[in-house]
Amino acid sequence: MSVLEVEGLSYRYPGAETPALDDVSIAIEPGEFCLLAGLSASGKSTLLRAACGLVPHFHGGEFAGRVTVAGLDTREHGPAAIGALAGTVFQDPETQVVMGTVRAELALGLENLGAPQATVARAIEEVALALGLGALLDRSTHELSGGELQRVALAAALAPRPKLVLLDEPTSQLDPVAGDELIWLLRRLNQEWDTAVLLIEHRLERCLAAADRVIVLDRGRVVSDADPGTFLGWAGAASPELQTPGARMFADLGIEPAPVGVRQARATLRARGMLEASGAAARGGSALDAHEHSGQRSRRLSWRRNAKRAPAAEALSMRGVWHELRDGPSILRGVELVLAPGERVALLGRNGAGKSTLLRHAAGLQTATRGRIERSGRVALLMQNPGDYFLHERVAEEASAAAIERVGLSALAQRNPRDLSGGERQRLALAIVTDSEQPPAVLALDEPTRGMDRGAKHALAGWLTERRSEETAVIVATHDVEFAAAFAERVLLLAEGRVIADASTAEVLSGGWYFTTETARILDGAGRALLPEDGRELLRARVAAAGKQHARPHEGGQDARPEVLR
Amino acid sequence: MSMLIAYRRRASALHATRASIGALYGVALASAALIVEHPLVLAGLFVAVLLAGRACGVSREMARTLRTLALPILLLSVLVNVLVSRGGLTVFARLGYFGPLGQVNLTVEAAAYGLLVGVRLLIAALAAVLISGAVDPDELLRSLRRLYPSSALAATVATRLIPVLARDAERMADAQRCRPAGLPDGARARLGILRAVIAGSLDRSLDVAATLEVRGYGSGGRPARLGRSLSRHDAHFALAAIATFAAVIATRASGVAGFNIYPVLHLSFGVGVLLTALAVPALALAPFLDHRGIEP
Repeated sequence: MSVLEVEGLSYRYPGAETPALDDVSIAIEPGEFCLLAGLSASGKSTLLRAACGLVPHFHGGEFAGRVTVAGLDTREHGPAAIGALAGTVFQDPETQVVMGTVRAELALGLENLGAPQATVARAIEEVALALGLGALLDRSTHELSGGELQRVALAAALAPRPKLVLLDEPTSQLDPVAGDELIWLLRRLNQEWDTAVLLIEHRLERCLAAADRVIVLDRGRVVSDADPGTFLGWAGAASPELQTPGARMFADLGIEPAPVGVRQARATLRARGMLEASGAAARGGSALDAHEHSGQRSRRLSWRRNAKRAPAAEALSMRGVWHELRDGPSILRGVELVLAPGERVALLGRNGAGKSTLLRHAAGLQTATRGRIERSGRVALLMQNPGDYFLHERVAEEASAAAIERVGLSALAQRNPRDLSGGERQRLALAIVTDSEQPPAVLALDEPTRGMDRGAKHALAGWLTERRSEETAVIVATHDVEFAAAFAERVLLLAEGRVIADASTAEVLSGGWYFTTETARILDGAGRALLPEDGRELLRARVAAAGKQHARPHEGGQDARPEVLR
Repeated sequence: MSMLIAYRRRASALHATRASIGALYGVALASAALIVEHPLVLAGLFVAVLLAGRACGVSREMARTLRTLALPILLLSVLVNVLVSRGGLTVFARLGYFGPLGQVNLTVEAAAYGLLVGVRLLIAALAAVLISGAVDPDELLRSLRRLYPSSALAATVATRLIPVLARDAERMADAQRCRPAGLPDGARARLGILRAVIAGSLDRSLDVAATLEVRGYGSGGRPARLGRSLSRHDAHFALAAIATFAAVIATRASGVAGFNIYPVLHLSFGVGVLLTALAVPALALAPFLDHRGIEP
């Protein structure tokens, strides 16, 4: 019996003109790990809510078709009954944790099922161990960071050992390390407990290798339902926005099949002679290394120019800034940061490293306990939730017409801000904080890509890059390494309130395990290529260099050219 | 600065006590404050509550409560009592004839009684701070859920929403400070902020309610009985609560520590009063002397 069966499901939210789901039919078997992909507003979250019974019981609306969870029909059984079989984790961890302590939170689901106390106690211990929450069990939930709350929410969903786990972008607030850990933990639980997983994720490169199947929604309809490899082939032709960076690089080079994960990509490149045995060997002095080293030099020189320019004009300077909590830890520890006008900087680091606090200090929302902060003008801060900026009923009332036009929302001027999509809300909030005659000296954004699809991220990166013409420095705190690589020219890595790396994007992001892009992982940091386009050029150069070498007469007479040239 | 008092597990005998008995202890202290008449016994109880707060690590929260509430509560209770009370003979101001209130004479006795009521309310508020900071609300709600599932649901949503909404409001205020013109001025702008906060809180409530739904809160299941035996701290605090409350009732019934305010203020400081003033805090604080097994 399928653990989740959706038959001909169509659904329209109350008052909506168009259906959110249109004749959706899928079945998920026990032990399957399924990704639910699609652009923003394609109906992914609605399908998840239908699977846990919130649609239609909680949201109302028009519902047609049938959804069964382990044999229970959601039309006859509400979310509480379905909750015994399916654990659900939504996007916002703040509203998913309802109890005061972690232990009580983990116990809640089982207690509601009337489980004996011994079962509850054992489940809490086991799930806490599995998710590394042992040290947090007696902590108050209001003291936890966003990442910790997300892990607690996941643990609470897993504690009753459901047959199906439904997750709506659970890694959106997690740093790359915690995000990877979460995906592999899900895979382990999936393999060991036979738990079916239905996971919504925009950053597919993060989880595609762990998945058995990818279901794609577009405007409420299932447009693809296939294994990851087949899905990537389909995405290359039908929906390039859904391609992973590795798949995009392969597609640009005309290499097939598209790689499902770094391991497969490296194996394919190695088989074609396009990948050296190790990254060190790749920089060993062959003809093609000239290209790779020239790339490094140009990036380094470019950064040095920025570094030299910075002291001449400073949009923002933070000198020895500390933020020490009374009776608590130091959140920032002697931060030194100088932003030059027009500079684009990404701020990376684990959850709780102090990124948001640093931005709040930059904007003057908090006072440093030690150190000095100087600004050449206003620092416009866009915090994580753009909805916090909205006060009015119409977009046109929130900011001036010029500001709204600058973010491309003039056509939506009469709409209610709360009815906008995630990306549009983000843009409106940007219009609000930058709505002045004088452009801000610094534009600071805290996790702006949360919940955004690749197209929206690309548009945001472009918009931020355009701010250079206004001499506005841009600093973005983000967990999205691909976005950081696409927009930033400099990266700061923060750990426990200290800046542990401050260099060009290529230098910081090309050599790591976690804080690095998929392209850099595939190429082992060679040529400091971070984006698929960089990787494509590097590999083309390698192929060209190898071609030149092999164009010379061979002593043995055998064709030793790389596979790709034959 | 947030006015919220959050429970945090600390190394104290009251924290080590089961929630239902901890709450009973707090309620006993608050009830005693509302029953006690003599200012000296009330002072003893006031000291007991403050020392209990210190032992539980919630002194700062108590100090904050005193700073915020003491003056308004005392002023209000004195003002109301002085204006409406007809008792007391020691007039210190004659305000003349005031419509429905008739002839208004302000008396020392009415002011003293108002002050006494204010102090009682303040001690009750401090006892509430003690419960909030030292009694695990989840464990308490769990007990409540066994008996009254629907009421517990409402209480759970409310207790979770209060800190969430407080944080939302702080965040929205910060967001408005990020506007180029800063926080909007004027009544209309303030109304806009209020409307936004309310709209946001409704969204939040829906999210929390949805989470509770998928966690099976509405399935009718009740938490199993914990079935654990009484710890030494459970027994100590249960006895202390009963003894403190009984002492106050006995004192009141016997009239040992009674005193007259009306018509003329008269305070007596007999042996009975002194003994009661010492016995009440001693009984209330005795359980804190046992430090065994209090680490979280």
